Amino acid sequence: MDIVVCIKRVPATDTAIKIAADGKSIDPAGVTFELNAYDEFALEQALRLKEQLGQGSVTVVTIGSKDAQKELRDALARGADKAVLLTTDQWVFDGASTAAALAAWIRTVPCQLVLCGRQAVDADNNQLPANLAARLGFACVTEVAKLTLEGGAFTAERDIEGAREVLTCRTPAVISCQKGLNEPRYANLKGIMAAKKKPLEEAAAQLPTPALEVVSLALPPQRAAGRILGNGAEAVPALIAALRDEAKVL
Amino acid sequence: MSNIVVVAEVRGGQLKRTTLEAVTAGLQLAQKSGGKVIAIACGSGLDGACAELAGSGVHRVVAVDGPAFAHYSGDGYARAVAEHAKAAGAGAVLMAHTAMGKDLLPRVSALLEGSIATDAIAVACDGGTFGATRPVFAGKAAMTVRAKQAPFCVTLRPNNFAVAGGGGSAEVTKAAPPAGDLLSVVKEIVASATGRTPLQEAKVVVAGGRGLREAEQFKLIEDLAAAFGPGVAAVGASRAVVDAGWRPHREQVGQTGKVVSPPLYIAVGISGAIQHLAGMRTARTIVAINKDADAPIFKVADYGIVGDAFEVVPALTKAIAEVVKHK
Repeated sequence: MDIVVCIKRVPATDTAIKIAADGKSIDPAGVTFELNAYDEFALEQALRLKEQLGQGSVTVVTIGSKDAQKELRDALARGADKAVLLTTDQWVFDGASTAAALAAWIRTVPCQLVLCGRQAVDADNNQLPANLAARLGFACVTEVAKLTLEGGAFTAERDIEGAREVLTCRTPAVISCQKGLNEPRYANLKGIMAAKKKPLEEAAAQLPTPALEVVSLALPPQRAAGRILGNGAEAVPALIAALRDEAKVL
Repeated sequence: MSNIVVVAEVRGGQLKRTTLEAVTAGLQLAQKSGGKVIAIACGSGLDGACAELAGSGVHRVVAVDGPAFAHYSGDGYARAVAEHAKAAGAGAVLMAHTAMGKDLLPRVSALLEGSIATDAIAVACDGGTFGATRPVFAGKAAMTVRAKQAPFCVTLRPNNFAVAGGGGSAEVTKAAPPAGDLLSVVKEIVASATGRTPLQEAKVVVAGGRGLREAEQFKLIEDLAAAFGPGVAAVGASRAVVDAGWRPHREQVGQTGKVVSPPLYIAVGISGAIQHLAGMRTARTIVAINKDADAPIFKVADYGIVGDAFEVVPALTKAIAEVVKHK
């Protein structure tokens, strides 16, 4: 099975966000970047499937600037066979554009399975996998917490509100991965050395005109300063009164 | 004169409350666009849900009803919704940002070659152009976007719009599910053993963190949640306690967990790391209980109690139970 894993370089989750002077993007100064956390589960699942099948290939792909070579090399060091960087200097916030560019590239390579993280924690769109699948005509299950492959078809489990769904899914497929699907491996020294010899190709991303336009990017409205009602259990009556009479939530 | 389509979510024959929130947003947009609101429901045995939809204030209901749709299929439902949204002349397609909405609407948007904004907390229509505001970077920033391609598909964060006031008796049109193979389909739904209130739809979220010191002490959190009465409150957890294995990931609130926006959020023994704040800062009222008066959680909390959770929470549980009893 030829597997494509979509990854993204994103600001680290503990990074504070500053808005750039244009009021439409973030100021990258002082921001540390890392591999999107959910993509680690996607990469790990790809490596496990290849190990289970004893054949096939794992290609990692991203859309981004040259800086993303670092995350691609990390994926190669963990065990991916090949990396592809679809280059752009813009921050692609528009999910439809990302899906279109990825679909255009995936159509040119052998691929029976696309694995993605459930969402990239920058734009937080959580829409790429399903959008991509519809464009490719692939089957799709999103936010998968358990995945098994048997007889050429997947059984996938995912959490929905108050219950768990069990789905059957044909190939070719796009599967998006939720935390808890597996325990990702890290690169070891041997992997890091091997990664240096693995192919990392670059091509310009075929991004269409964005389907959305950013009007503004702003810090969220600050919450009005709250108040400390007191210390210990003695403050409970004051809290009840505030919730009932002021906040009116009781 | 763009029409607005609202995609309904029906589970076990029941119309989800979050669909009625989407109807509210749809009616707001229709007023600005000068169009009508058409609800589309997919499933099998939709009569009850469609009767409720017909009285929700929408102008028309399309029921794609048949045995082939007895179980959710992302690709099957998407083809049906896309077909009927197109026929309805949709300028915007709305659905709640639920497990189903997140899975379904991106496909619809792709099939219609439209634009999409997910997890929106506000929608707009200005001079015929649709737009939305949505949290990005896990709520550390809010992005306002404008659609440049129609239809504009939007999923709406639960608990951000009031439930539609209702009214009218819209015509219900029936249609059969489209022919063709289903590529993925739900074969089983395993209800969680406890039948707990879903975290993202709960009116109250009581969340615990490392301040509880050990997994067993989460009983305090569960008791407080239960005190609000059946079906009202859900239990949440910080990333630290999920990573420690005290609680399942489905309860995690924060950047790599769930984003919740309940009328009342109670954080117990949670310091308020930036990742956690990202998951709950849009809650209407936030209460923090923490031993450390300098904990960052107090900066976002409307009401704080400085104190030991083991002392404060049982007292609060008792007091809430009293209030609920006398309501």
